[in-house]
Amino acid sequence: MTKVFVPMDSAALSMGANEVAQAITDQATKSGLDVTVVRNGSRGMLWLEPLVEVETEAGRIGYANVSADQIPDLIATGLLSGSSHDSCLGLVEELDFLKNQTRITFARVGVTDPLSLVDYEANGGLKGLRNAIAMTPAKIVDEVTDSGLRGRGGAGFPAGIKWKTVLNTESDQKYICCNADEGDSGTFADRMLMEGDPFTLIEGMIIAGIAVGATQGLIYVRSEYPHAIDVLNQAIQIAIEHKVLGTSVLGSEFSFNLEVRVGAGSYVCGEETAMLESLEGKRGMVRAKPPIPALVGLFGKPTVINNVMTLAAVPMILADGAASYQSFGVDRSRGTQVFQLAGNILRGGIVELPFGITLGDLVNKVGGGTHSGRPVKTVQIGGPLGAYLGVESWDVPMGYESLAEVGGMLGHGGIVIFDDTVNMAKQARFAMEFCAEESCGKCTPCRIGSTRGVEVIDRIVAGEEQAKNLELLEDLCEVMTDGSLCAMGGLTPLPVRSALKLFPADFGIKVEVK
Amino acid sequence: MSNFSEESILNYLGPYKGDGSAVLRSLQLVQELLGYVPDSALDIIAKNSNVSRAEVYGVFTFYSDFRSTPPAKAVVKVCVAEACQASGSASLISELHDKGYDIHKGNIKDDIQMEQTFCLGNCALGPAAMVNGAPIGRATCAKIFAATSAVTA
Ligand SMILES: Cc1cc2nc3c(=O)[nH]c(=O)nc-3n(C[C@H](O)[C@H](O)[C@H](O)COP(=O)(O)O)c2cc1C
Ligand code: SF4
Ligand code: FES
Repeated sequence: MTKVFVPMDSAALSMGANEVAQAITDQATKSGLDVTVVRNGSRGMLWLEPLVEVETEAGRIGYANVSADQIPDLIATGLLSGSSHDSCLGLVEELDFLKNQTRITFARVGVTDPLSLVDYEANGGLKGLRNAIAMTPAKIVDEVTDSGLRGRGGAGFPAGIKWKTVLNTESDQKYICCNADEGDSGTFADRMLMEGDPFTLIEGMIIAGIAVGATQGLIYVRSEYPHAIDVLNQAIQIAIEHKVLGTSVLGSEFSFNLEVRVGAGSYVCGEETAMLESLEGKRGMVRAKPPIPALVGLFGKPTVINNVMTLAAVPMILADGAASYQSFGVDRSRGTQVFQLAGNILRGGIVELPFGITLGDLVNKVGGGTHSGRPVKTVQIGGPLGAYLGVESWDVPMGYESLAEVGGMLGHGGIVIFDDTVNMAKQARFAMEFCAEESCGKCTPCRIGSTRGVEVIDRIVAGEEQAKNLELLEDLCEVMTDGSLCAMGGLTPLPVRSALKLFPADFGIKVEVK
Repeated sequence: MSNFSEESILNYLGPYKGDGSAVLRSLQLVQELLGYVPDSALDIIAKNSNVSRAEVYGVFTFYSDFRSTPPAKAVVKVCVAEACQASGSASLISELHDKGYDIHKGNIKDDIQMEQTFCLGNCALGPAAMVNGAPIGRATCAKIFAATSAVTA
């Protein structure tokens, strides 16, 4: 029997992976070949999708950008024995893009069948959970604290400290809420993990539950991710059937239940307190803090809120120990970061590496520069609220503090690459427009300021009273930064100001920009 | 689409009876069933969840997923966010516009409706689109209309 892997990741599906899988099955039936098609996650080399892999004695051989109509020919010329062909890449794991990565959180993504618990365990799954069951809650929390793991959703808050607060708060009910709203443009790591290795997230959430004394978990997934929702629901069912979830987790005294909740098309619901409101069935209005959700969270109960990537790092930390995770990274950015190369990039996809690689190396060496072949003009890191950086920032090491030093923000680790055809006044205008569209409406600077921002930028570009309008824009940015309750209004000035500072000519500016 | 009864909706909403925290899920369920949320469903949900109609209406208007009129047979979501802008979404959007589809208005033409969305999580293969939930990478007009004709046929 020959095993053929065809990813079922949404990115692969978007390039025709389902049709390819079907064509392989059809052709095998027609020719009486003994073939099993496994639907794996994606390896994260998205420019190669659909990437078909064939298991051989030497390892898994890859074929890039396969289309359904190529299948008869590919099979006739020996695809099933891994023979060479124009689209043949050789051994997938020997490809530079993959070989040079440190896959910890993404270790199994693309390798295993996402819905096979057997595969999962055979590749190191459930080891962390078994260790956790044998530990005291306080020891689990210490382990996570010692690992140096910081929140991957944007703010970079130490996960262990958050967990400790929830652990030390008495309550009859506590919750683990996974933030899978992943609204930032340029980010897709959460989606790929949920589709490609959902048991890792489930295991991380159970460990969090045991650590803080929570028996109920919720995963808030955006509605734009129908496939991830489907895979998660299937994985949860399988986990229940195998007693990984339920009243006695792996036969222990711990119980943990898990439910998927779906968003409804609101960016601000990724903000943690807006997410809580949404989980309570209400409008996604941001809550004032304090109280912090760790003390007063979902339905007023102590709640751990963590991003998918944060929770997915936990099983490995518990399996291999805090020291192992902590050994990666630089300064106060420990462990690995799952970078996402997006936009106008030659080799777009997932790059998991220890913190510390320079921005330039990431974009140029790993990503290969732009897809269009034109020079890079700018990159936006950390989603729509993140700053634009120019090529003069190529030497900046990728880490929380190092990026902050140059006015940037790591956010969820997405990097959007733009070539020299981009007009930065348009990008600044879009940032304001997006804020106006997605604001929850609670604060005036965010709600009204962003609408004014669009108008002021238009006037600057039109050359109307530029000096006066630049001053007005600066005032607006200041008011938004200082007078907004959350980062939606508070950080929108970041892309606006950085675009203006780096590329004043794009705004048609004739006066000097401060 | 319009032949639903209060009773049949209430049947589906059964598990949420008296649960004030289920307003959002109730709206989602109705939209899943009918394709949109008719005005009368707001009252039914309010009654079932034991909250005011105003509260249900507030939730309904907050989230951009909800529609008050039936959707076209094929709903195309086109990404307008930054990574897709960097990959040429603007020219795709203007080509679609030339074919009579305004993604900002979401007008229906020939059983097809196109709407803007902010990021579909396929940002390395932009421009990204989605047709009735099925993703399309490196989207072109040709790819989009091939997908729509498969569902409108
Ligand atoms: C407007 C806005 C949108 C956000 N969107 C997300 C999101 O999509 N996913 C996420 O994990 N965090 C998002 N955050 C950050 C969360 O508020 C929160 O910091 C995070 O979920 C905490 O988890 P972590 O500590 O594991 O990062 C957003 C914040 C703001 C202000
Ligand atoms: S800054 Fe904007 S999104 Fe955040 S709470 Fe204020 S109005 Fe809402
Ligand atoms: S920005 Fe278009 S899919 Fe993410």
